[in-house]
Amino acid sequence: MSDVIRKPSRYGAMHVAEARIRNMFKWVWIILFAAVINPTLYLVSIGIGVGSLIDANKGVNGVSYLTFLAPALLASAAIQGSSDEVVFPTMAGFKWERTFFGMRSTPITARQISLGIFLAAMVRTTVSVVIYWVVLDISGALESDTAWLAMPAALFAGAAMAAVMLALAAKIEKEDFFFMIVGRFIMIPMFLFSGTFYPLSQMPVFLQFFGWISPLWHATEIGRYLTYDYPLSGPTLTMHFGVLVIMVVVGLTASFKIFATRLEK
Amino acid sequence: MSEPLIHARGLTKTYGDFVAVDGIDFDVAKGESFGFLGPNGAGKSTTMRIIGATSVRTSGTLTILGKDPEVNGPQIRAHLGVVPQQDNLDVELTVSENIYIYGRYFGLSSSFINKKIPELLEFAQLEEKKDTKVQALSGGMKRRLTIARSLVSEPDILMLDEPTTGLDPQARHILWDRLFRLKEQGVTLLITTHYMDEAEQLCDRLIVMDKGKIMAENSPAQLIKDYSTKEVLEVRFGSERNHEMVDVLRPLAERIEVLPDRLLLYAEDGEKLLEQISAKGIHPNTSLVRRSSLEDVFLRLTGRTLVE
Repeated sequence: MSDVIRKPSRYGAMHVAEARIRNMFKWVWIILFAAVINPTLYLVSIGIGVGSLIDANKGVNGVSYLTFLAPALLASAAIQGSSDEVVFPTMAGFKWERTFFGMRSTPITARQISLGIFLAAMVRTTVSVVIYWVVLDISGALESDTAWLAMPAALFAGAAMAAVMLALAAKIEKEDFFFMIVGRFIMIPMFLFSGTFYPLSQMPVFLQFFGWISPLWHATEIGRYLTYDYPLSGPTLTMHFGVLVIMVVVGLTASFKIFATRLEK
Repeated sequence: MSEPLIHARGLTKTYGDFVAVDGIDFDVAKGESFGFLGPNGAGKSTTMRIIGATSVRTSGTLTILGKDPEVNGPQIRAHLGVVPQQDNLDVELTVSENIYIYGRYFGLSSSFINKKIPELLEFAQLEEKKDTKVQALSGGMKRRLTIARSLVSEPDILMLDEPTTGLDPQARHILWDRLFRLKEQGVTLLITTHYMDEAEQLCDRLIVMDKGKIMAENSPAQLIKDYSTKEVLEVRFGSERNHEMVDVLRPLAERIEVLPDRLLLYAEDGEKLLEQISAKGIHPNTSLVRRSSLEDVFLRLTGRTLVE
């Protein structure tokens, strides 16, 4: 009855991401404002406030506290942004607005939906990380010529976290339970125990465990290695990357499965 | 007859021990308007999801446009327009944007969709709302937008699951009018409903479902002819006396159904039956003669009313 070419698109995930990004544009000023204001608050309160005390004491790792802190703050912003941007759309997609069921009745597949949400979250995270980096740079927190490499390191952390949170948000159907667990037992401890504000080695070994399983710590270590003369051996560096890659792969693979099961009811 | 657009034999879906769809057979021809009538929980929506290639059948054969949905899900879905029971629009986006992104999911080009949008907005009578966020629309508007959205890919089959549930009478009539136009254009419609008037208005042919099974299949008029009389006399004696009167009235009517608040007496001529009853000195509190409807068919087939 029509000359429309009806063939499932190979770029289904891109179309899902496109829809998400259109959604984000409704909030673009808030997203941009948050991207600028967050680093500013941290820099002023902790970087300068706490930093002045520490720097009077010869800094950390032989660099100023701000230089030490910058990669961690960047990675942490990436993680926060990317998880928000997968968790809320996933809750809305399955439950609040049920938009995923609308997508699913088109040629789009469950895998393309989950991948699209992930990709859109990474677009938003990239924007936030670049803005964050610029603020850090302006404030003089970044000393070396390779400081820009802290951005890909942070994005890696964001991707690892987004992939895992995507699977969790799809799996845990009760949102109250989800937010309680994630907020209290994942996000805050991760922020505090990932060597963000001090080297992880300052902690007793049993508390260092939080860092080992945290994408934030792995990304922060990579970021420090890339932004100043922070010593890391080849194998250690590979391990940090390896953990993040595994999180991305496992998280996405699990999401593909969970999305398919939940959308097939 | 050419090959049916949809062909199902022994279609079954179980969830654990629960049998949602119990071995049903049906065919839908091109251009037909085909209905699934039954109460909530009859298995209509499950059947729709299986046809929509989003739920996998447990057993039986099913082809849609000659393809198996289990193997060719995305290819089949590319030819379907789906209006789900619950709207799942993107409420943050505008009316136009919702149509646009939905078209993108079908892999349609921006230029094609942008040409299509004004036409769909006109169809849905939402031209003035095109830049309004969906959040701000009324229930009827959202429903019309969901239908307009499902037409963006010019589907061969339009599937509507309870299209007018939750709408006020005026909104329902507007929607029926829109669906009627599609039918006239030759779009194959698949409709589930638990409203008999909707089924009578829109469906060329329908199956009556209950508890996952097909109870009857035919055109609405033929179903009424086969399973009911031409007219129905509804009488009320008050809840106390209704039951007492059943035995008295039984010899006069072809059939009697007892509802909680009234008795339904089936007859070819309702007025004549009412006269006979009066002649016997029996005077109901209220009486009403009406034509038989699908509701009566359903009552006859299942012993239950559609909307309980």
